[in-house]
Amino acid sequence: TVLLPATALHAAVDEALAKFTGGAAVGEGGITLSTPEIAENGNTVPVSVSAPGAVAIMLLAEGNPSPGVCTFNFGPLAASQSATTRIRLAGTQRVIAVAKMADGSFVQAANEVKVTIGGCGG
Amino acid sequence: MADNVKPRVRVPKSAKAGEAIVIKTLISHPMESGQRKDKQGNPIPRQIINRFTCEFEGEMVLDATLEPAVSTNPYVEFEAKVPASGTFKFTWYDDDGSVYETTEAITVS
Repeated sequence: TVLLPATALHAAVDEALAKFTGGAAVGEGGITLSTPEIAENGNTVPVSVSAPGAVAIMLLAEGNPSPGVCTFNFGPLAASQSATTRIRLAGTQRVIAVAKMADGSFVQAANEVKVTIGGCGG
Repeated sequence: MADNVKPRVRVPKSAKAGEAIVIKTLISHPMESGQRKDKQGNPIPRQIINRFTCEFEGEMVLDATLEPAVSTNPYVEFEAKVPASGTFKFTWYDDDGSVYETTEAITVS
């Protein structure tokens, strides 16, 4: 069976999510994802994420060749469960942040980022 | 080992006990994604920093897993709180097995 690209894309996102959550339901609220509305250069897009009380936060880029971006695991000496990094986006797409909270629940937030020049391939 | 890999970190020289301090880290590294091709059309093999950790006196502050979607010269900014004076240890793990380390001391009053 040949999967449609969109289906394959979502399958990879679903797979990454399932690996992180173990199949648990993912709620909303309690997580803040900051991304630019428009990124002129997809090679380096600033992303900040914050989820007070989280033990880990995973970032996914839905429209990249592979959706995984990074996972932050917070230790006992983290002053906040927040981090900022710079990521590559292949094109306009949704960036998703999923947090695992201390009680084992999960929450997510997603932002659309418009990309003028893609940041993958060459 | 990739060429010219150089870690840079910014940590305040001093802080109050338990105060949230901002730590900024960057390592010069190409983060070759494995998605690109050279001029002959051959795939360029992936070579990235796949993990970054920050510890303080053996206790974890942040342990990050990085994928090829993290930009060239990976930048990570986060907050730490420390109970007493000591030393932060920053470690970057390269796909090729190289490990890059740097340390930064802080005085806590």
